Amino acid sequence: MLTITDLEKVYPTGDKALQGVSMEVDGNEVVSIIGPSGAGKSTLIKCVNRLTEPTSGSIVLDGEELTTLSKKELRKTRRDMGMIFQEFNLIERLTVMENVLSGRLGYMSSWNAFRRNFDDEDVQNAYEILDRVGVGGMENKRVDELSGGQRQRVGIARAILQRPKILLVDEPTSALDPETSFEVMEMLTEIAREEDIPVLINIHEVELALDYTDRIVGLTDGQVVFNGTPAELDESARDTIYRSGKSRAETGTEDQSQSQSQSSSSEITDASKEKSF
Amino acid sequence: MGSADPERTGGYPSSWERPTVFYSKNVKYLVYGAIGLFVLWSAWELRPSPARLIGGADAAASLLTTMFPPDFTPEARGRIWDGMIESIAMSIVATAIGVLISIPIAVMAAENLVPRPVYYVGRSLVSISRSLHELVLAIVAVVAVGLGPLAGVIALVIATPGFFAKLMAEELEDIDEGQADAIRALGGSPVQVLLYGVAPQVIPRMIGLIIYRWDINIRASTIVGIVGAGGIGVTLLNSFDRYEYDFSLAIILAIIAVVMFGEILSAVARRRVQ
Amino acid sequence: MSYEGSTTWRKHDGRARALRYLAIVVAIAITALSWRALDIQYTFVVDAPRNLGDLLLRMYPPNLAYGAEILPPLVETINIAILGTGLAILISLPIAYIGAENTTPNAVTYALGKFLIVGTRSVNVIIWALFFVVIFGTGALSGVLAVAFRSIGFVSKLIAEGIEEIDAGQVEAIRAMGGSPLDVVVYGIVPQIKPAFVGVATYRWDINVREATVIGFVGAGGIGVYLDTAINFFQWSNVLTILIAILGIVIISEVVSAYLRKKVS
Ligand SMILES: Nc1ncnc2c1ncn2[C@@H]1O[C@H](COP(=O)(O)OP(=O)(O)OP(=O)(O)O)[C@@H](O)[C@H]1O
Ligand SMILES: [Mg+2]
Repeated sequence: MLTITDLEKVYPTGDKALQGVSMEVDGNEVVSIIGPSGAGKSTLIKCVNRLTEPTSGSIVLDGEELTTLSKKELRKTRRDMGMIFQEFNLIERLTVMENVLSGRLGYMSSWNAFRRNFDDEDVQNAYEILDRVGVGGMENKRVDELSGGQRQRVGIARAILQRPKILLVDEPTSALDPETSFEVMEMLTEIAREEDIPVLINIHEVELALDYTDRIVGLTDGQVVFNGTPAELDESARDTIYRSGKSRAETGTEDQSQSQSQSSSSEITDASKEKSF
Repeated sequence: MGSADPERTGGYPSSWERPTVFYSKNVKYLVYGAIGLFVLWSAWELRPSPARLIGGADAAASLLTTMFPPDFTPEARGRIWDGMIESIAMSIVATAIGVLISIPIAVMAAENLVPRPVYYVGRSLVSISRSLHELVLAIVAVVAVGLGPLAGVIALVIATPGFFAKLMAEELEDIDEGQADAIRALGGSPVQVLLYGVAPQVIPRMIGLIIYRWDINIRASTIVGIVGAGGIGVTLLNSFDRYEYDFSLAIILAIIAVVMFGEILSAVARRRVQ
Repeated sequence: MSYEGSTTWRKHDGRARALRYLAIVVAIAITALSWRALDIQYTFVVDAPRNLGDLLLRMYPPNLAYGAEILPPLVETINIAILGTGLAILISLPIAYIGAENTTPNAVTYALGKFLIVGTRSVNVIIWALFFVVIFGTGALSGVLAVAFRSIGFVSKLIAEGIEEIDAGQVEAIRAMGGSPLDVVVYGIVPQIKPAFVGVATYRWDINVREATVIGFVGAGGIGVYLDTAINFFQWSNVLTILIAILGIVIISEVVSAYLRKKVS
């Protein structure tokens, strides 16, 4: 169970990306976060595994406080959180198999990692997962030879091979065409259910959130403005979430979310540039 | 790749090997091992004798102590100035002459402008000029025409087509054929085609390349003197021969300054032209 | 209307044309002045083509028997280029790391990295060779060091650019899975810069073969030593043999380096 309390994040630039966010992800729930571009969705997800350091507040995963972990403890805890990215973030020039098995990096010595000396059981599981996500037989292909949908499947396989306690997913379908988006969402939620793990997922397309998630959290300007089931997400709730959007026409909202998903990809890369390594 | 057939055993293979550009993992290790051995062996061949190392430490110490501070006395400055003027003059003259002889070679090396046999001759001239280091050309030129800046100029002139004619030929190959055809259609001779159909298209780029080549020739003109072909390099070699390392350092600093100045000047000038 | 248009056009064109002529005149004047500054006697110039021709005639035919003798120094030349490039890469890796905007620890290290890159690049290989011969004596060791130091600027600059271009997302993914900093380098950075790295290494090696042919003039090993000797002893056909051999190894290494670059993409 993931519990977030009063989470705040102020970027060095002064952007108040999160302003006191509290929420929970329970059992094997699939919880989606929706909201306009710049609402702080990516920031929230990245604060959970501390790719972005939260400014204040608390994040507790299965009884463990994450915000105070030391570097070493953090690395250990990150193994329990599988992450799936909008831009896939696969190692483009390595093979599918290496990418999937890189999900085990947290459990291997760097020397073995360097020699690609993976555990027999991990290899077996990797083959099995590749089959399950529908890219069986492609293990020797280089990732840069794959289509977007195939890449995201590999991304999911990599996260699953971690055997995580929770999946953190940042807009998994924004870089995909609508049809592939549905397939990927379908598979993602199905596997999470099979593995019996909860999912926290950022999503642009409200339709996908309605169809595939158990609960929806609406985020606007770094604040939670909605928290309920898909059935509860009525017209007025949508208006509050997408305040800046036009309230009247349904299509208007759609259009806007389309253009947001366009701009979001560049924002994500901008944000990730902040990372030092 | 895998050891077990999933269809038959119902399980999945428990081992996986990364595909390599070599035929197998063993070949790969063999190749890497051979490369490693080769490098070790060559490094071993190079090892200096212990006596040399000890001597070297002494030499390094005395080199460093004599080197600092660099000798910028008025007398030294005068000699640096003379050598540097000669180097820069060499670079300018060599660029002018080198470009003049490079232009016909560039035309010869442009696939779209000349018949095949001529093209091959042009390419060969470019390759030869490119392959020989300025200092190799300079040492030969010194033998032919004696010590002094003439040898340096000749060396730089011969080295110029390797760069200039090569890039110029690439420009010529990229031209818009339509304009050349227009002149041909008007009944122009091949020379007229070059002058009116081709030249206007490439002249701005050509000027950029001339400036670029001049920048390279400045660098080269400061060192050809080391084999006696004139310029500041002669002064530098003499200072080394006389163990005047403080003067050597002053010369090297002056060379660095001139080279950087030339680089900046050429970058600015090229931007202005294009 | 059209008449007016054409005058303004002509005026503008006229000024540009005047400037252009001025530039040409200035360029010719500078060239003429430079020529005067060189103080070369015309008889020498007039004789130069004949002298060059004479020299070539004296060289011809090349001494084929000598070809076998110069095999070891040719191999040494290539070895100097390989070891020099290898050493340059070893030294360049940390310099590239601090010279790349996204990996450098702070502004001071960044400035230091940039300084080392520009500084080493501005000193010609033959000058480095003069120094190392003073320290380590004549021989290939000085040559390797000269080639290596000469290459540092070039190699670190290009590797730094490679590092600056990496996709931070891949690095982020490895961190998100609990990878150690070493894992981040091995999986997140190395695969991404490998093509740039191989490109730089082979390209620089190709340049260094050419550079290694001349360091022998100051005693730093390689075929240059033999060329120098052959010239000093007036063995003209040997000189031609060496020149042809140099041409050969330079062209071969160019082909090899292009092939290797294509292989790793
Ligand atoms: N690295 C950063 N440095 C400074 N400000 C940032 C950084 N990353 C995000 N922000 C700011 O924080 C706010 C929230 O950004 P975030 O990326 O979390 O939004 P988002 O909801 O994921 O948007 P999108 O839907 O476009 O992906 C924005 O105002 C953004 O400008
Ligand atoms: Mg986002």
